[in-house]
Amino acid sequence: MSEQLLAPRWGYASITDKISDIVLQRPIHWVWALGFGIAGTLTLVFFGCMAWLFAVGIGIWGVNVPVAWGFAIINFVWWIGIGHAGTFISAFLLLLRQKWRNSINRFAEAMTLFAAGIAGLWPILHLGRPWFFYWLAPYPDIMKLWPQWRSPLVWDIFAISTYLTVSLLFWYVGLLPDLATLRDRAASRAKQVVYGLLALGWRGEARHWARFEIAYLLLAGLAAPLVVSVHSVVSLDFAIGNTPGYHSTIFPPYFVAGALFSGFAMVLVLAIPMRRFFRLEAFITLRHLDNAAKIMLATGLIVAYGYACEVFTAFYSQDRYEIAVTLNRMVGPYAPVYWTLLFLNVVVPQVLWWRRARRSIPVLFTLGILINVGMWMERFMIVVTSLNRDFLPSSWGLFVPTGFDWTMLAGSIGLFALLFLAFIRFLPAISIFEMREIAAEEKE
Amino acid sequence: MSAMYGLMAEFASAEALVAAARRARAEGYARIEAYAPFPVEGLAEAVGFTRSRVPLAVLVGGIAGGLGGYFLQWYSAVVHYPENIGGRPLDSWPEFIPVTFELVVLGAALAAFVAMLAANGLPRLRHPVFGAPHFDLATRNRFFLCVLAADPRYEEKGARRFLEELEPMRVVEVAQ
Repeated sequence: MSEQLLAPRWGYASITDKISDIVLQRPIHWVWALGFGIAGTLTLVFFGCMAWLFAVGIGIWGVNVPVAWGFAIINFVWWIGIGHAGTFISAFLLLLRQKWRNSINRFAEAMTLFAAGIAGLWPILHLGRPWFFYWLAPYPDIMKLWPQWRSPLVWDIFAISTYLTVSLLFWYVGLLPDLATLRDRAASRAKQVVYGLLALGWRGEARHWARFEIAYLLLAGLAAPLVVSVHSVVSLDFAIGNTPGYHSTIFPPYFVAGALFSGFAMVLVLAIPMRRFFRLEAFITLRHLDNAAKIMLATGLIVAYGYACEVFTAFYSQDRYEIAVTLNRMVGPYAPVYWTLLFLNVVVPQVLWWRRARRSIPVLFTLGILINVGMWMERFMIVVTSLNRDFLPSSWGLFVPTGFDWTMLAGSIGLFALLFLAFIRFLPAISIFEMREIAAEEKE
Repeated sequence: MSAMYGLMAEFASAEALVAAARRARAEGYARIEAYAPFPVEGLAEAVGFTRSRVPLAVLVGGIAGGLGGYFLQWYSAVVHYPENIGGRPLDSWPEFIPVTFELVVLGAALAAFVAMLAANGLPRLRHPVFGAPHFDLATRNRFFLCVLAADPRYEEKGARRFLEELEPMRVVEVAQ
């Protein structure tokens, strides 16, 4: 017997009022203000670092030959990975008729948009001359140059910009009925006008709902393969190169599973404080957290298989360079990173086999943070340890991150937090109309 | 007196609204509208909605995106800027697939968004039903059925009597 997603005491009106009041009525709390202040400061530091980077170049980072891909690429892959769970929750779980998704899809999609947007910044910052990034776009320019279509880096631009656009459309379409609710419940003229314009005149007519549902379902169907394609294409940035440690066919599925793994970890990191702070325990129940934890466990096992497969393939291939890279990871200068990430991503998540762990808030929150750290280290392992010792021992070298590397990573986390904190206060963090649907179904 | 848009009845439940919409169609009213705070199963059929052209638009958008995407790559790599890369054919189609795929999805998704809004007549700044009393609850917890004055069978007293028979919470006039 499954637990109810919503207690019977919740009706259409109380659901509407509860969620919309967070945006319309609730005064600013000092905890939120403090978080916003810290996140805002980090964001300003991030922008300041960017300005300095543009002024003097990427020499402020630790990257150099042979390790020319450093934190910028690690952070890019990490953020785009986090940006996977939202669309997965919204699209795949909608198609699979998993009704529990209805209370977590909205903020998970917002998380996706912010994370993917921040991810998109890193490759541009990483360009030596970022002001020429538009050269990657296909347009008939006077230099008569075109993008190199055979390069995965160009595929990446298309994959990520499409993913961002489609995720934004999907999110916005789902928001329309709720924006109309905010418009109708707003007390001040300014809010009525702003939410009214954003709602595009939505009035909930039966034919509109019918077309809305068709469009929403089709967008879900389109977004589902897109989720899989984005991180696959990101992995091809590595796998198509012949660098030992990059050149591996396991990369696309291994990257996609890793992305969902870290994305669900981030969903937990965001959902747990949010449900407590805004008293949303009735909507985001332990059953939701339990289900998210199960997906984390499953994707975590696929990631563990990916790690095992990489090691096995290296030795089975008898390719001396692949073997050397694998040994370099295990006992080389970055060995602590390798063993820590194995511990965080493979060993620690095994506690999720126990139902009590899946229903313990402190365990899930800690795990969410640890997995995100572990997945960041995984990307460090892939990017750095493959480059620092490749074919020629004469061109080996170490990568040591600088203060700017660390500060900009922290700054991007600040920007993400800033966007998310603003989102919670300006838009309904839980889909109101989809919760009303659940209420209607549970009544039957 | 200004022209009427229609008469609107307010209901407390989705079931009552679907039943009312079916009754209205059975009575011969052809131009009715139903408003609900969430998608109600069977309501669109009850007000006479048959089929949507959104899926066709999505198909066309996807095909256009795919053809356009492949053409973009083929034209630039084969015609406008042919470049010998490691002896590979200029039209190296397997490597053109990722971008083509992305543009299929992009074209289809944009078509879904635009077609849904266009078919619904949105965005729209003003609509007569927004002037009706209590209509702000249509996005909260109430369900509305509107018989349009443009309906050939519409006649104010008869329509009011019919709506009152459905035992709504209230019946109000909607000004044009």
